[in-house]
Amino acid sequence: MAEPLLTTTGLTRRFTSGGGLLRRPRSMTAVRDVTLAIPRGSVTGVVGESGCGKSTLARLVLRLIEPSQGRVGFDGADLTALPAGELRRMRRRMQMVFQDPYSSLDPRYTIAEVLAEPFRVQGERVSRDAIDHLLSQVGLAAPMAAAYPHQLSGGQRQRVGVARALALKPDFVVLDEPTASLDVSIQAQIVALLERLKSELGLTYMFISHDLGLVRYFCDRILVMYLGAVVEELPSTEAAPRHPYTRALLDSTFSPDPALRRRLVALKGEIPSPFDLPRGCAFAGRCPHATAHCRDQRPELAGEAGGHRVACFHPL
Amino acid sequence: MTALLTVADMQVTIGPVTPLDGIGFTLDRGEILGLVGESGSGKSLTAMAIMGLLPLSGGRVSAGSIRFDGTELTSLGEDAYRQLRGKRIAFISQNPMTALDPLQTIGAQVDVIGTLHFGKSRAEARRRTLEVLTQLRIPEAAAICASYPHQLSGGMKQRIVIAMALAGEPDLIIADEPTTALDVTVQAQIIHLLAELVRERGMALLLITHDMGVVAQCCDRVAVLYAGRLAEAAAIDPLFAAPAHPYTQALIACIPRDDTRKGTLAGIPGTVPAVSAYPPGCRYHPRCPQAQDICRTTVPDSRPRPSGVVACHFPGPTNG
Repeated sequence: MAEPLLTTTGLTRRFTSGGGLLRRPRSMTAVRDVTLAIPRGSVTGVVGESGCGKSTLARLVLRLIEPSQGRVGFDGADLTALPAGELRRMRRRMQMVFQDPYSSLDPRYTIAEVLAEPFRVQGERVSRDAIDHLLSQVGLAAPMAAAYPHQLSGGQRQRVGVARALALKPDFVVLDEPTASLDVSIQAQIVALLERLKSELGLTYMFISHDLGLVRYFCDRILVMYLGAVVEELPSTEAAPRHPYTRALLDSTFSPDPALRRRLVALKGEIPSPFDLPRGCAFAGRCPHATAHCRDQRPELAGEAGGHRVACFHPL
Repeated sequence: MTALLTVADMQVTIGPVTPLDGIGFTLDRGEILGLVGESGSGKSLTAMAIMGLLPLSGGRVSAGSIRFDGTELTSLGEDAYRQLRGKRIAFISQNPMTALDPLQTIGAQVDVIGTLHFGKSRAEARRRTLEVLTQLRIPEAAAICASYPHQLSGGMKQRIVIAMALAGEPDLIIADEPTTALDVTVQAQIIHLLAELVRERGMALLLITHDMGVVAQCCDRVAVLYAGRLAEAAAIDPLFAAPAHPYTQALIACIPRDDTRKGTLAGIPGTVPAVSAYPPGCRYHPRCPQAQDICRTTVPDSRPRPSGVVACHFPGPTNG
């Protein structure tokens, strides 16, 4: 296998909150010991529910926030050790599309100004032609450049978000739930756009989503996260899930096929608070196969990054 | 026997515009009807019309009828309507975060249904509240009653909103995208819960959604709206086996299945037109890959299908 474009080793991020005169600060581990490898030209999906740490992981791999422990490697360089100036130059090559196109665009900027900003940050001037080219790449008409975000539909705004991410011709784009706030019809449009851009521009994606159905369609490999840790890595979308949580996510997917109706099995309970994690497997409280061992010991994610890894004492 | 709810040829007017036209469907007890379409297709407005809430947005039902359990709702006065809403017709909104008052305890908010609609004392109302929460398998109901909305998870808040709906012992529940704000595993729980309640208690559920996946997994029948008109209505199995309207076909194709090949998910080009810009002829024709000249000029009539109706000049073939 060729050298992966992005790797992380033991990546961990803790947050503390609260604390005061009489109260001890509470701490939680948003991302715990994540080791992964993203091959060039692949689409790696990161799937999990609210609070599983997928957005924190996204920010860590782009070094938008600093890790508590661990390293991020990008194209052979240690991103976590780069000084600010070199990091900024490296950032040209790694970009992000945000979840909410309503809050990720400055309402006082025209679309042209939104798209010129990445160049400005890098100290470059940008031509009108370049803006027009970016707009046409994402299927927007040139006159759109003069519009303000509020004049655009949700789908159009997300196209602008994609165009902004592409402005500096990156190699790697993190897509943080880019379709979660959109209608299914628009979601499918945006996914089709991302697929086309990937093959035209030779991009590598990290695609973050809570929708395992969509991830299985769009991605080549899948990491499943639960409460800050990767619980399973599926090296292909055909690989059968071995972790009970992955299975549950799959069974919670609303497939557009009434024949699959009986397969829909609701997982009981909700995600525990990350401030108050159980000591064993974090999923044990909701798992139909949990034993005393699971409640006592935390299973490790065994195996090599890139293979089929599962953190479970009783894999399916 | 007539259905619990019959909407026939309903037209809604707001000021100079007519956002809904020719809407019709029926819904019976023990049944779940999915009302489907993209944002702007008129789903929520249809729900507002049934609940008599159009005056809030300056609108009215300008033609057609809404019959609920033998009563014509379009001519019902506000006082009579108030007796129905929250009691016989309950509403579950998309966002449980905004449906609950942040300054009142959960118990106080659910109790109101009992004191307001059933003239119960506060103690009786609380007993009923605890009963409903327990029926919904909400653990530690007493503790939940004493807590405030911000102390609960999104899924728990949506269960509380469902409990408020159930406390009135309604015949009809209208749920407007009840799970879009929730995590996937919790979505499945809530959909299961609603479906179970409908089957066990013989209530009727009008489920508004833009997600054909949700429809396939829990509805009995579906009505597809596009730009304020009914595109297609049918029972679930024939609809998914052979969707007749190109819009229905496109909506189903938006959701990847296990066997969807990479690179084949297309979405629907363009967006739903604004009310002020509804095109002539079939309103879907600018986005329809099969549109012909007649589609651009002539509104398609609703024509019967083996298990429903479709409004299209060139509907897909029936299957079997």
